[in-house]
Amino acid sequence: MSATAERADAGTTGTQRMTYREALRLALREELQRDERVFIMGEEVGVFEGSYKVTAGLMDEFGSERIRDTPISEEGFVGAAVGAAMGGERPVAEIMTINFLLVAMDQVVNHAAKVRTMFGGEVGCPMVIRTPNGGGNQLTAQHSQSLEAWFAGTPGLKVVAPATPEDAKGLLKSAIRDDDPVLVVENLPIYKEKGEVPLDPEFVTPIGLANVARGGTDITIVSHSFATVRSLKAAEKLAAEHDLSVEVVDLRSLRPLDVETVAASVAKTNRVVCVEEGWPSYGVSAELAARIQKACFDDLDAPVERVGMAEVPLPYAKNLELAALPGEDRIQAAVLATLDQ
Amino acid sequence: MTTMPAPATLSPAQLRELYERMVLIRVFETESERQYKAAKIGGYCHLSSGQEAATVGVVHTMQPDDVLVTGYRCHGFALARGVSPEAVMAELFGRRDGCAHGRGGSMHLLDVERGFYGGWGIVAGQLPVATGLALALVRRGKEQAVVCELGDGAVNMGAWHESLNLAALWRLPVVFLVVNNGYGMGTSVARASAEPDLYKRASAFRMHGERVDGDDLEAVLEASGRLLKRAREEREPAVLEVLTYRYRGHSVADAGLAYRTKEEVTERMQQDPIVRVRAKLRDGGCSDDELDAIDARIDERVAEAVKFADASPEPDVSELARNVYAPGSAGQFSRMRPGSPFGEETLVFDAGLGS
Repeated sequence: MSATAERADAGTTGTQRMTYREALRLALREELQRDERVFIMGEEVGVFEGSYKVTAGLMDEFGSERIRDTPISEEGFVGAAVGAAMGGERPVAEIMTINFLLVAMDQVVNHAAKVRTMFGGEVGCPMVIRTPNGGGNQLTAQHSQSLEAWFAGTPGLKVVAPATPEDAKGLLKSAIRDDDPVLVVENLPIYKEKGEVPLDPEFVTPIGLANVARGGTDITIVSHSFATVRSLKAAEKLAAEHDLSVEVVDLRSLRPLDVETVAASVAKTNRVVCVEEGWPSYGVSAELAARIQKACFDDLDAPVERVGMAEVPLPYAKNLELAALPGEDRIQAAVLATLDQ
Repeated sequence: MTTMPAPATLSPAQLRELYERMVLIRVFETESERQYKAAKIGGYCHLSSGQEAATVGVVHTMQPDDVLVTGYRCHGFALARGVSPEAVMAELFGRRDGCAHGRGGSMHLLDVERGFYGGWGIVAGQLPVATGLALALVRRGKEQAVVCELGDGAVNMGAWHESLNLAALWRLPVVFLVVNNGYGMGTSVARASAEPDLYKRASAFRMHGERVDGDDLEAVLEASGRLLKRAREEREPAVLEVLTYRYRGHSVADAGLAYRTKEEVTERMQQDPIVRVRAKLRDGGCSDDELDAIDARIDERVAEAVKFADASPEPDVSELARNVYAPGSAGQFSRMRPGSPFGEETLVFDAGLGS
């Protein structure tokens, strides 16, 4: 349980060890129970129980009106979520992978993100889109992208990207309760990861707060989503093999971005490596680098370093794919280089 | 208006050849599943077992200069179009001798020489692309046609409606081949489509649409031959819906029984397209020994393809950034410094992008 998470006293206490996937399901279940306006739409979310089984059992419990199977029509049902949200509902749209969200990009960027401001604050768009990013399973160029930076660069949208089961539950609940459109970026490799998850149905992880996932003094790694999992492993190895104390800041939210927590860490360590699964060019690490040099100009002892996916569409062949992804070895090498080691 | 030999006039030799190709696809898919489970194949692997008559029938009516575009369930189409089992299997293995040099894998087979412009991975994404290929044929004055394969799940995408409208409006020579195997992933046609007679949707664009039994090779040959001829000669697009069934799940990872019953699968297997052609050949005087010999030869051929794929080298990691852009673009990126999406290993791996 992180220090920054809010907890109201609602009776249920304690935690339970569960997978990221189960934590998401718990969040959905609790919010469906809490708020009649919440309903789910997506491909294979009902009878098939979800492409990645996040919604398993929910149709049995809540029925096919609230757990609504859709045809393969991303633009249609994401747009329908925009309309339903404007009409007072709280839709949660599941998109099978972030790659398919591109089909609905017009509804996300030109519609959902614009509703509140374009209509002068007269109507809002409280909707959630859940979708996994990530490569690493040889799914090739059209199914392996981490495109969250595209959405995080869009005013009007909020974007969160949990890296742990606890945050998966807490951030999804925050997203559903939020009055704006929120993209919840999940991640294929993390679905099976386990962790302790608070059982309190009022537990939420606030949007806009980063988490120091690992304390350290020599250097800071800033990351999100699966890059945080990789970075924590790299940090452990660097401690064991090089006696280095690496701090890992898990962003959790990309928009809004918690620059304060990042800057406080860099002010302490004076060196920073930004790690992301996506392409660094014009990416999350690009945004971080710009903000860090501004906030920490006098603190930096080395240029801001970045690690991300090689700037190629992800290839199929296993050896090429591994070479393209930001693996632990590349994170370690970047940390050592930034420390002049 | 029929150009293809009427079903009855298919020579025994032709029918035997088509039988052989159907068996090749079936054996290849079975072997693909085995190799996937042996972790030689990764990623997604969508099998087309059960759909051989539709696949082989349509492709047989294509001329050498016609163009083929498909979705991601494309092993069968590649093989039917004449891509060697070696090149397909090597692609599934992610090897250098694969038809996409190990870059694309199962969903992104292609063979430009044979006019096969790709397996595509985003549902319905290939429809506008196929429409554009048809436009290119027209602009270059070629009297050829495009076959655009899609699944029943693709017909509810905006790209379907937009592509059909363009093709009809501009009179483009494209036949949209809807392979209706009953399920888009785990969702039946009835649960996904307000108009489950998918071919009827063509009429919204004043386009010809029709439906045939996709497990009846001769029915497929007749309809496909006729519609492709019309497309080539009269620039009339069409929708051809072939009713078939996939025996396996959506992909190898899906057992395929969460949304349909074992009984249904067994029942559909009674109408097996390969068994039907085999019976026809037997009626025509082909002996069981002869047919078994064909089957045995195919088994060997597929085993050879596996051997070939296994022996083919992995792509070289130093070529990771190859072909991201056209030759000659390197200069444009040369001042972007390390991390630029081009060229040599150092450019890709320096600056924290690699060790």
